[in-house]
Amino acid sequence: MSFYKEYQKFSAKELNQFINNVTSQMVQRALEKDRLSQEEFLALLSPAAGNYLEQMAQKAHQMTVQQFGKVILLYTPMYLADYCVNQCVYCSFNVHNPIPRSKLSPVEVEAGAKEIAKTELKHILILTGESRKHTPVSYIKECAQILRKYFSSVSIEIYPLLEEEYRELVAAGVDGLTIYQEVYQEEVYHQVHVKGPKKNYLFRLDAPERGCRAGMRTVNIGALLGLADWRTEAIFSGLHARYLQDKYLESEIGISVPRIRPHLGEFQPANLVEDKSFVQILLALRIFLPRAGIALSTRENALFRDHLVYLGVTKMSAGSTTVVGGHSKEEGSGQFAICDERTVEQVKDMIYRQGYQPIFKDWEAI
Amino acid sequence: MVDKLVIGGRELENRLFVGTGKFANHHLITESINRSGAQVVTMALRRVDLKVRQENVLNFIPKDCVLLPNTSGARTAEEAVKIARIARDSGCGNWVKIEVISDHKYLLPDNYETIRATEILVSEGFVVLPYMSPDLMVAKRLAEVGAAAIMPLGSPIGTNRGLKTKELIRILIEEIKLPIIVDAGIGKPSEAAEAMEMGAAAVLVNTAIATADDPAMMGEAFSLAVRAGRMAYLAGPGATKIYAEASSPLTGFLS
Repeated sequence: MSFYKEYQKFSAKELNQFINNVTSQMVQRALEKDRLSQEEFLALLSPAAGNYLEQMAQKAHQMTVQQFGKVILLYTPMYLADYCVNQCVYCSFNVHNPIPRSKLSPVEVEAGAKEIAKTELKHILILTGESRKHTPVSYIKECAQILRKYFSSVSIEIYPLLEEEYRELVAAGVDGLTIYQEVYQEEVYHQVHVKGPKKNYLFRLDAPERGCRAGMRTVNIGALLGLADWRTEAIFSGLHARYLQDKYLESEIGISVPRIRPHLGEFQPANLVEDKSFVQILLALRIFLPRAGIALSTRENALFRDHLVYLGVTKMSAGSTTVVGGHSKEEGSGQFAICDERTVEQVKDMIYRQGYQPIFKDWEAI
Repeated sequence: MVDKLVIGGRELENRLFVGTGKFANHHLITESINRSGAQVVTMALRRVDLKVRQENVLNFIPKDCVLLPNTSGARTAEEAVKIARIARDSGCGNWVKIEVISDHKYLLPDNYETIRATEILVSEGFVVLPYMSPDLMVAKRLAEVGAAAIMPLGSPIGTNRGLKTKELIRILIEEIKLPIIVDAGIGKPSEAAEAMEMGAAAVLVNTAIATADDPAMMGEAFSLAVRAGRMAYLAGPGATKIYAEASSPLTGFLS
C-alpha cells in the first residue's frame, strides 16, 4: 500500500469541480469542527474559503497555541554538496547549470558545524544534490556523525534512499527526514523533472514511508508551491501528511510550504502563489493537521515571516544559506535565493518581540 | 495537622504539579510557579540544554522545587530509561515522570512499555511517577514494580477536555494504595477541583496554565482550586474515618 493509491482516487478535474462548488455554509461548518474530514479540508482550500481567512487564522492560532504553545523552534540548513545528476528545471543545481560544484570535506563539515554552533542552534538540516558518486550514503553518514557532536538533532534533506539506507542513517544518529515531493500532479512532475533518477515519481513519493519504517523520529513533507496549481498541490500535501500520520503513529509527521524562489536557469513558474493564497494554504493545513509541525524557511521575506509566527508555524530556519559551506565562507552559488537574511540572533529577537519563546533545543539524542 | 502528600520521602504541601512546556516566555514559568506555590515541576529533558546558560529552562525553575524530568520523546521503555539516566547524570535529581508515547496521533501513552521502564528505573533507585492510560491492571502492576505514584491521564495531552476518564480514575483511587496524580487534559481549575474532590492525591497541569492569557494568575487559580477540592474531599463523609469512631455509629443504640 502506498500513498499513490490514495492519490489515484482524486483527479485534478474532480478536485477542482468540488472546490469550486464549495459554499460559505460548508466553510463555516468546517471551521466549527475539531477534527476535519477530507472534504472539510478541501473546503478550506476553496475559493469560498478565501473570504474566511480571518476566522481560519483565529482557529489556526488557537489550535497551534494549545498544541504547541507560543514557541518557535529554530534550525538552520547546511548544504554539504551541490553535485547533482538530475535535470530539474526549477533548481540551480540542475546538472546542466554551469556552476562550479563542490563538496565539503569532513574537516570543512566540522568547521561549519563549529560556526553554526556559536549561534546556539541545536537543530541542523543537512542537504545535498543527488549524486551517489560524490555524496553516497557513506558520506552522509560520516557527516551526520560529525554533526552529532555539535547538534542535538540532525535531519537530512537529500535524494530518496532505500529503507535499509535510511535505517543505516538512523543508526548513525540522524533523527529527521525531510523530503518534498516537489509536485504531486504526476503529469507536471514529469514535465519539470526532465532527466535523472529524480524522474522516478513513485520512488520519491514512497520515500517518507520508508523513512517512517526505518525509524526516523520526524518526517517532513511538502510540495514546492508554484510548479502546479496551488490548490491541488496543497490538497495532496495535506492528504499525504494525514495518510502518514494515520499509518505511522510512531513518527512525528511535519509539513512545509516552500514557495519557489529565483534560481539559475530560464524556467518561469506558471503558478506563482500570492501571499493571500499562501496564508490560506498554511491555515488550512494547520486546521486539518493539528499535531503536525509546520516549518517555514527563509524563502519568505522577513516581514511576512514575522506575521506567520501567529498563523500555525512551529519551526523556522534562521541564519540560512543555500551555498555549500556558506556558513564558513561567503562566495558560492546557492540552490535558490534566500529572502530573509537575518542572523539567528535577529530572528530570535523578533520571536521575543512577537510574544513567543524561541526554542533552540527540542530533542536529546539517545 | 497539615495535610501533606508524601512521595519518595518528600513531604509536599501543594498538590498542584506544573509543567514548563508551551510558555510564551521562560520568565512566565517562574512567575507561574511562584504565584501558584507549586513544589513539583516537570520539564522535558529534550528541551533542557545545560550548555546554554541563558535559555536553559532549568534556570527559570525556583531552586527549592522538586524537579520531575519527563521522558517526553521516548517511544520505548529503553528510550525512556536512557532519558531518565541522562536527566539524573545532568543533575536533575532522581525523580522521573515516565512518558512513553509511540502514538503521535493522539499522544496516548504505551502502558506496557511504561511498566517495563518503571521496573528498570525503580531498580536503579529512581523515584518513578509513570504517566499512563487509566487501566486498573496496569496500575496494579506499576504498584507491584515499585512506582511511587500513578499518573493517569484525564484526557489526551493538550486537549484540555477535562476528566473524560473520570470513572476509570475513580476506580484507581479506590483500589490502588499509591497517590493517584491526574495528569493531562485538565483544562480548567474547576476540573482540577473535581479531580481532588474524588480523592486524587494531586494534579499536574501544563497546557491550561502555559497557554492562558495570564499564566501566573491561572497558576494561582489552579492552586486555589486544588486546595478547595482537597478540602472538600477531606471534609466529606470519608473524612470522618480519620478519627476513631464507634463500630456501629447509627445502630449502636440497639445493643
